[in-house]
Amino acid sequence: MKKKLSEFMPGEKGCVVSVSAEGKIRRRLFDMGVTPGARIEMIKTAPLGDPIEVAVRGYELSLRKSEAETVLLESSK
Amino acid sequence: MKFALAGNPNSGKTTLFNALTGSTAHVGNWPGVTIDKRTGVYRKAAERPEIIDLPGIYSLSPYSPEEIVSRNFLLDEKPDCIINIIDATNLERNLYLTTQLLELDIPIVAALNMTDVTDKNGDRIDVAQLEKALGIPVVKISALKGSGIDGLMERSVKAARSSRAGASVLGGSLSALLEETAELYRREKVGSPLFHAVKLIENDGPEVGKYPKIAERIRPKRDAADTGIFEGDFEGYIADARYKRIAAELQSVLKKAEKNAALTRSDKIDRVLTHKIWGIPIFLAIMLAVFHITFSEDFLFLGVFFGEGSFDSAIFGADAINSPGVILFNLMELFTSWLGGLIGGGLPEGTWYAGLVNDGLLGGVFAVLSFMPQILVLFLFLSVLEDSGYMARVAFIMDRAFRRFGLSGKAFMPLIMCFGCGVPGIMATRTLENEKERTRTIFLAPFFSCGAKLPIWAAFAGAFAYYKGINAELTVFSMYVLGIAIAIISAFFLKNTVIKGETPPFIMELPAYRLPQLKNTALHLWQKLKNYVVRAGTIIAGATVVIWALTSLDFSFRLVEDGGDSMMGLISRFFTWIFVPLGFGMGENGWKFVVATFTGLLAKEVVVATMGIFAGMDGDEALELEDGAGNPLWLMLIGVGGVLGGLDVSVPAMFAFMAFNLLSVPCMAAVAAARGEFKSGKGHWLGKAIIYWIATAYIVALAVFWLGTLFVASWWLGLLVFLALTAAIVLAVRFRIFGKIAGIFKRS
Repeated sequence: MKKKLSEFMPGEKGCVVSVSAEGKIRRRLFDMGVTPGARIEMIKTAPLGDPIEVAVRGYELSLRKSEAETVLLESSK
Repeated sequence: MKFALAGNPNSGKTTLFNALTGSTAHVGNWPGVTIDKRTGVYRKAAERPEIIDLPGIYSLSPYSPEEIVSRNFLLDEKPDCIINIIDATNLERNLYLTTQLLELDIPIVAALNMTDVTDKNGDRIDVAQLEKALGIPVVKISALKGSGIDGLMERSVKAARSSRAGASVLGGSLSALLEETAELYRREKVGSPLFHAVKLIENDGPEVGKYPKIAERIRPKRDAADTGIFEGDFEGYIADARYKRIAAELQSVLKKAEKNAALTRSDKIDRVLTHKIWGIPIFLAIMLAVFHITFSEDFLFLGVFFGEGSFDSAIFGADAINSPGVILFNLMELFTSWLGGLIGGGLPEGTWYAGLVNDGLLGGVFAVLSFMPQILVLFLFLSVLEDSGYMARVAFIMDRAFRRFGLSGKAFMPLIMCFGCGVPGIMATRTLENEKERTRTIFLAPFFSCGAKLPIWAAFAGAFAYYKGINAELTVFSMYVLGIAIAIISAFFLKNTVIKGETPPFIMELPAYRLPQLKNTALHLWQKLKNYVVRAGTIIAGATVVIWALTSLDFSFRLVEDGGDSMMGLISRFFTWIFVPLGFGMGENGWKFVVATFTGLLAKEVVVATMGIFAGMDGDEALELEDGAGNPLWLMLIGVGGVLGGLDVSVPAMFAFMAFNLLSVPCMAAVAAARGEFKSGKGHWLGKAIIYWIATAYIVALAVFWLGTLFVASWWLGLLVFLALTAAIVLAVRFRIFGKIAGIFKRS
């Protein structure tokens, strides 16, 4: 099932299908390892509901929901 | 020989730099501590190579200033060897930068750092296999423990003697296009042709701008190339190809242990500290505890168990136990007054040089030095919080709150540094990629109470506690809170008026929690101590001598009895009226506070030093008459503000004085730092910033004085007006009045 990273629940895992962000944000996501094929695990949301913390390529990355919205994944629960 | 240290943020680059050069550069556990390149020398090798510590970067993309600094350095300065430091606990992402560095025609040695941690975790890294995959020497080290460093340098010296042609991990459908582009660069005799070729194919802005001819020739072939799902987005295609290659190579290089104990421990800590409900209260509690331990005169609130005056010790407290910070302060004060007596006692009384030494130099410099222990205690905590990795979580927790004000959680880090000193704080704004966010953050920087302002709050807090029974911690804490509140309002104001712009992105690494290293913390504190003492001995000592001369001599250079007849006293009379509405310009001692405010524009330490000079001149006789002998501020306190409509307005006036000093131009060093950072954008921001700081200081101090006076007269009336004002600001924000006001100005 395809799903946006921003809709993931804590503990949910998936594989990146595409990144639709543009320009700087797109490049930054790629540089940080969020590229098609990368496996991502959603860890948690911050106390105020945003940003979120995910595990990708063996480390922890924090990004906003608005940025996570651009990342489409194949969820593998 | 020149070696460049390059690597991801937080990979231990600065620790390695310190181990190599014996330098005491600042190390922290959040991404982006190194903001400019620094150099040192490795003395153990006969070649004495120069080591250049570059800012931590994830990539050589053209988007952040640090990446551009590093890239330009590597291309233009052509170091003899790049030491690429790689965090072994995070190979995959660290190697991403390595694949980019490999494309340069520069010898590279990879330093595999934190191998002690991976060994402990039971992860197995096949170094020989990694060397083969990368085609460069790989050395296992632990920068922290200093192991493997000599071997690393040996290999680097050897590598520097040879030459190396760039190699790319990018193959497949791209190799033909890449080779053709590189050939065009080679014909133009450009160094590192492969690197340039990759950047050109990525359609990298600066690269295309610099070599438009090559870009033009390659364009049709580039457009024809097949990039699969990326549909012509070479930036994405290349990033993806790099990661794919790394993941494939790592299969044979890295054998991860089944259970990762260190990670789970870090996760457990994180679960508590960034908890959905408890995360924010824990953050506030930690900050309060830090202030309590540093400033409280009633440690752990044990005072309730003891009767009044049950201790009566000058050091440990009278009615309760002092906090460690206050005990250290008392000890330091005892020491400086003993030292002062020893030096000053030997000078004949009444001579001008006795006055210069006792009232000027010793009074001023010692007043500043007394606060050193408390500053060190505060820094000890900030340093530990930073080293442990907690500060990065604070950015994570606070981002949502910050976003409303046009800042990202990342701006929190430079701003937190401003609690220590505005100069590194302002310089750290370079880690913000967005130009407008950077400008806004610099505008806010002085509002965060820095270490040099701390002595002012501590001095007043002591005096208030002694004479007015006002809680000392609350006095100090209120200044910090006021600064933060003004910064928040300012951020919103600036976002909607002067420096408009969208909220920048927030994509940030959260480093694993680490136990703060004693060596690091000690180095950090030692550096602070050194800076503080050097400042006290040079700038501040110099300023106090000048201020002493201006306040003790008249225009014919004769010693005056009353400071009011001095040069400064007479000059300040022309300006004092400006500060009368703020309260602290009133009364017989008002001009002294005006002088302290002006001298404080140089450096905030000078404010207390100036007070010390005035107190010294007012004479020991008067001090002994007062019950609170020893606290020079009291004499001035009773003289300032004075009586207004039958009310004693000294305390509100003093708070207005503190507020003004909190918010106005912090010091010349910070102004210089801001000038340096603004320069990259628009030069005229500096003048605007200075006007903004002074105007804010004036308006807020005005409000503090009149609200405070109202509060003294009738607390409920004061509270009512305060709430009404707050509501007005909130409504103004809600309905975007600021933006409308700016619109009116623009039209006219």
